[in-house]
Parts: sequence; structure tokens; C-alpha cells
Amino acid sequence: MRWTSCFIAALVAGGLSGQPASAQAPPAPAPPPARFVVVLDAAHGGNDTGGRLANNQLEKSFTLALSGRLQSLLAARGIQVVTTRDSDATVEPDRRAEIANHAQAQACLSLHASESGSGIHLFTSSLAPAQPARFTPWRTAQAAWVTRSLALAGTLNSALLHAGMSVTLGRTTLPAIDSMTCPAVAIEITPERSADHQTTTGLDDKNYQASVATALAAAIVEWRMEAQQP
Amino acid sequence: MIPRYQKILFGILLLASLVMGVALWQLRERAHQRMIAGQDSAPTRAPEVVSAEQATLVVANDSDSSLLTQVHSLPLPADTGARARAVLGKLLDIYAAPDAAHPVPGGGNAVTQVFLLPAPEIGASSQNPQPTGAQLAVVNLTGSFAASHPSGIEPETLTVLSICGTLRANLPSVTQVRFLVDGQQRATLAGHADLTRTYLATDAVPAEGAHP
Repeated sequence: MRWTSCFIAALVAGGLSGQPASAQAPPAPAPPPARFVVVLDAAHGGNDTGGRLANNQLEKSFTLALSGRLQSLLAARGIQVVTTRDSDATVEPDRRAEIANHAQAQACLSLHASESGSGIHLFTSSLAPAQPARFTPWRTAQAAWVTRSLALAGTLNSALLHAGMSVTLGRTTLPAIDSMTCPAVAIEITPERSADHQTTTGLDDKNYQASVATALAAAIVEWRMEAQQP
Repeated sequence: MIPRYQKILFGILLLASLVMGVALWQLRERAHQRMIAGQDSAPTRAPEVVSAEQATLVVANDSDSSLLTQVHSLPLPADTGARARAVLGKLLDIYAAPDAAHPVPGGGNAVTQVFLLPAPEIGASSQNPQPTGAQLAVVNLTGSFAASHPSGIEPETLTVLSICGTLRANLPSVTQVRFLVDGQQRATLAGHADLTRTYLATDAVPAEGAHP
């Protein structure tokens, strides 16, 4: 009975879909869109609370909220997003790099926050650029991607400046970033301050958070356009 | 009549008493000499203060994420390890000041030791050979300093780079720097800057006002 049903179903399906190949040439399949994946790494989480921000907010909570907001903005623009954590969970730096490397992403953003400094800090790995190799050391895997990471930082810098934010570019050594095989930038959000170091816009300002997320999403869209140019 | 054995025993006891008396006298004399020697070595003059020298500090500034070189005059010991600890102590004293541009609590006592070792051949190549006499500085920080350090990529990176730059500026033979906290390896300074790797001091020396 079961085999009979399957046979009939196959006949019906064949009859409905079967068209002579010579009757009408099928349209040429459109080339698949280039796969564009962004990894969002909300820093800290679980036992690792990160820094303590204003109003007793923890860095791990701030980064998770920003990651969720940015994920929504990117998804609305048709960009596939992979996150290293979606909850208050402890994720080791090596595991974050594993997730990013497995995703084969075109951009990896590690999100941080701090009460020190002013504006947005963009950090790329301080590793010296190296040629890609078939086998690379885990702790310095980012070396082959440093040049692309610097280019990504430049795109992020332009978008943030365009949004009216102050930006500082720097190089640093972060264990998770140094092991990523993708264009990777650590983004540290700090309060906006005036020339006399007074806080003008705090991290708890919802408009500020939204502006940062919007600017970052615009930068990623710009980065995708650059990546898809021949 | 006194028996013979009692005479012998008496003689032995008398001899032992004399020997013990001489030994006690000699011990007393030795103790007296030690006491006299100790009195001779007692400080009768104030210690001489080492003359001040010029020390170059690479000081961080949070407002513009810069590293600026400053020259300070301070007494420096002759021993290189103690000299390194002295300049780092002065650097961290600046950070602990109330109006510091890179505020970090702890002060000069946050550096417990600086060990200077022959630098291993890490990353040496024919184009960039390791200089002769290159040294690895191992900076041992206190746990309280790391615990109270402001958390963030920028403040932690600036602290690490300013320490590396200051060591390089005052001890040119130092080419590599590693960090310990309470004598143990620690993953990060305060959650961000990697303390498990070896830093190249040459990468940390900034130009005037340069960014890290």
C-alpha cells in the first residue's frame, strides 16, 4: 500500500512537472548570490562580567544587547549573521574564534564597552601581516588577515565619523581576535566626552546605542558592496 | 683510706670542670668580640643619596589614546633590575596621581620585581636578527594592581604599551617584555589585554604623541 502510493505520487509528480526539454529552454539559472556572513562577538558573558559601566551596568550585558540590536539591523538588510553567544553564557576566547572561523565570515566584529576614553575605539590585531598559508599557528592566525582587518576598520571608521561620532583607531592583542581567520575588528564603545573630559553622552543613552548600531550596520552594508565588487 | 677508684673519679671530674670552665671563658670572649664587632658596624653616618638621573617615561593619555614621552629626574640604582623597577614605579606613581591622564590605582608598589633574562630567539630572522645582549624583561605585577585596573581594551593596552616603551627607553637592551601577576601567568590584565604573549619592546616605543 505504501509503495503503491509512492509510485502513484511519483507518476503524478512526473506528469505535472515533466516537460519536453526541447519544447522550451529553461531560463539560465541566476548565479547564486555571493555568500556574505558577519560574525558578531558579544564580548564576555557568564562568569566573565567584563568591566563595570555607569549605573552598575555590566559590560557583558551591554555587549549582548548591542549584538542583538545589530543582528536585527543586519538581518533586515539581508545579511546573514552568526553570533558567538545569544545569552549570558561563558564562552572562552578560543571557542569564539572557532565559531568565527567555522562561519568563514567576511567580517568579524568583537563588541566591547568601557568607561575609559571617549567615543568609539576601533582595534585591529597588532600582529605583523603575513602571507596566507595552508597551515597557520592558532594564536597568530589573524596575521594573514590583518590587511583586510585594517581595511574593515577603515570602512567602520568612515561610517562612524559620518554619523558624527569621534573615533580612535588602534592596534591591540586580544586572544580571540588573534585567532580569527576573517577580517576582524574589536569595537569598544565608550561615552562621548567634551574637550574638558566631561561626559556628554553616556553608554546608557538609548539614542547613542541606536546611533552606534545604525552606523555599524551601514558600515557593514558598505563593506559588503566593496566585497562584491569585481 | 680513700679507695683508688674514687681518686681517679675525682681527678676526672676535676679535669672536666677545668675544661668546661675554659670552654665557657672562650665562648664568653667570642660573644664579647661579636658584640664589639656589631657596635663597629652600627650606622654612624647617614647613607648617601644617589644622585638623580634623567629617566624617560612613556606616559599614556586616555583622552586621545596617545603615548607621550616625558623626561623625569629621579635617583636610579646601579643594578639594572632595580633601575627598571624604579622607572616603572615612577610611571605607575604618575598614573595613581589624582589628576592623571591615564588613571590607574596602585602606584609604584604595583611592580614587585623586574627580572632581566637573555632574550630568546623569538621571531628572529636574517633580515631582523636579534641584537647581541638582547634581554627579556619579566615584569611581576601585584594582583591588587590587576584587580583594580580599569577594564577596557584601550586602558589596558595603553598600560601595557607604556610599560614596554618605558623599559625600552631606559634599558635599550630590553627587546622583549612579559608580564606576571603575583608571580603567576595571567590570561589578561583586566579582561582584555593579553598577558600570555611576549611583547616586543620595539613595537611599543611611540613617537612623540603617536597612537598605540
